[in-house]
Amino acid sequence: MKNKELSAQDRLILSKKNRRLDEVRGKIYVTAAALIMISATIAITIFLGSKGMQSFITNGLNIFEFITSTDWNPVGENPSFGAFPFIFGSFAVTFLSALIAAPLGIGAAIFMTEIAPSWGRKILQPVIELLVGIPSVVYGFIGLTVLVPFLRDNIGGIGFSLLAGTIVLSIMILPTVISISTDALASLPNNLREGSYALGATRWQTIRKVLLKAAMPSLLTAVVLGMARAFGEALAVQMVIGNVRELPSSILDASATLTTIITLNMGHTTYGSLENNTLWSMGLILLVMSFAFILFIRYLSSRRKI
Amino acid sequence: MKARKWLSFLGLSLLLVILAACGSDDNGSEANGNSEGNEASGSLLVSGSSAMQPLVAAAAEEFMAENSDADIQVQAGGSGTGLSQVAEGSVEIGNSDVFAEEKEGIPAEELVDFKIAVVGMTAAVNPEVGVKDISKEDLIKVFTGEIKNWKEVGGEDQEIVLVNRPDSSGTRATFVKYGLDGATPAEGITEDSSNTVKKIISETKGAIGYLAFSYFTDDSVTKLSVDGVEATDENVQNGDFPIWAYEHSYTKGEPTGLAKTFIDYMMNDDVQNNLLPEQGYIPATAMKVERDAEGNISNK
Repeated sequence: MKNKELSAQDRLILSKKNRRLDEVRGKIYVTAAALIMISATIAITIFLGSKGMQSFITNGLNIFEFITSTDWNPVGENPSFGAFPFIFGSFAVTFLSALIAAPLGIGAAIFMTEIAPSWGRKILQPVIELLVGIPSVVYGFIGLTVLVPFLRDNIGGIGFSLLAGTIVLSIMILPTVISISTDALASLPNNLREGSYALGATRWQTIRKVLLKAAMPSLLTAVVLGMARAFGEALAVQMVIGNVRELPSSILDASATLTTIITLNMGHTTYGSLENNTLWSMGLILLVMSFAFILFIRYLSSRRKI
Repeated sequence: MKARKWLSFLGLSLLLVILAACGSDDNGSEANGNSEGNEASGSLLVSGSSAMQPLVAAAAEEFMAENSDADIQVQAGGSGTGLSQVAEGSVEIGNSDVFAEEKEGIPAEELVDFKIAVVGMTAAVNPEVGVKDISKEDLIKVFTGEIKNWKEVGGEDQEIVLVNRPDSSGTRATFVKYGLDGATPAEGITEDSSNTVKKIISETKGAIGYLAFSYFTDDSVTKLSVDGVEATDENVQNGDFPIWAYEHSYTKGEPTGLAKTFIDYMMNDDVQNNLLPEQGYIPATAMKVERDAEGNISNK
């Protein structure tokens, strides 16, 4: 307000006094923020790494057997720890929900950026923000009260199934997919569109052959980020998937994921017991997978041309 | 406008003071603990069994209403968490559905066991299956998957759907030990919360699971009697109905200060005879039989 009366030159001179101090302060703040973030991530990795390896080092479980065996019975006479059904379940719901969410999400993004940029955005943006704001336990509860009985009565099985988990998850990851895809499409330079129209292409041809191709790496990033979210989701899936520790033979069978087994059992086991350690090992698998997702995204973005 | 600002500022600072007071739990009770063991002030942290949480929280609320200087926080989190935390010393009282001796990695000899209440459990079925009584032998066959249809035990022609609790859950451990004589249940839907289990049984045709007596509050699920013995509090107290468990409060070493006062409070007749039955638990003091960590039953 006050500066308004001063000339540009005066303002420059005035700000010069605080300039250096301001620079230093700003630098210290952002560097500290970055360092805290980095050290937190490293600390989590080290902690989860050492905790997750304990069941193999201290308890002598065979890591290969843990990952590939399908026999999970931690409280029996001869306890066995095969986490493969849960690893399979995690991957199954993740890929299936991406299969649903990717076309839907990218379609919505195209609608918002290319077909109806003004009113489409006005309607869809709040819808997406609403979807993000709903807590996952609410998704789970809706799934349990509406979706599971619906599947049981209309499609078959007992309702608790991979399919129910997939549907709940695909709705939960839609906002991630839509918003990143929208940003990707909106950031495409306008001369791509104009060039395509100038060559006589229709709008749909432009979208399909020019815009989608150009934005493909970013669109894939959107889908992979959605998958990373799906892979880590626990609560909503736990309520609808049935948590059965056998490999499902169809998508109407109940199943379990790594996260649901961790959240189901963590509170009941005692720290340092073998069963507790194996839950940490599953957590480590989740961390490794999230690293893998990130590496894949880095790879995709390095291929980005525009 | 100014007055309103002042008020909201006052409100906020009050909130902060309260939060700060809550934050300093761990040291509070030690500082206040004295050898008389009759202290009713300071703060106390209780954690563990989610089955016990409503009871202990209700007792804590009444206790705090009577003793305004006391601050008791009750957290759920599971029996394993309660036992681990009390053994570590990070909480003063750890609640558990199972004996500390039954959990791996807990130094049970360092802990002192207070049996606060008893909980009876029984199989719960969907009302449409047409079965109200089941022999133990059949119950085991149903849960191990040997019997797959309700008509084999005299019910409707409906496929049996099992609803389990997680492997390490206290309710499951008790049901398996005393209801199924240790037989491992076959695979079925697994849910962590008894409320969800009840909801699933009431909505799913042919479903069977197990619940504590306190969950049979309406007709949405049917309570099964076993071998002709009705699943009632009286039958548990007499020792006629076998599926029940203690709700334990554990302290590390003999309790002192507020922890001792609070445990004494929960064991007094008023709480045992009024609050416990109200909440659906059986008073520990009313039991005519006793059970030890190995599961041996004796008359009291």
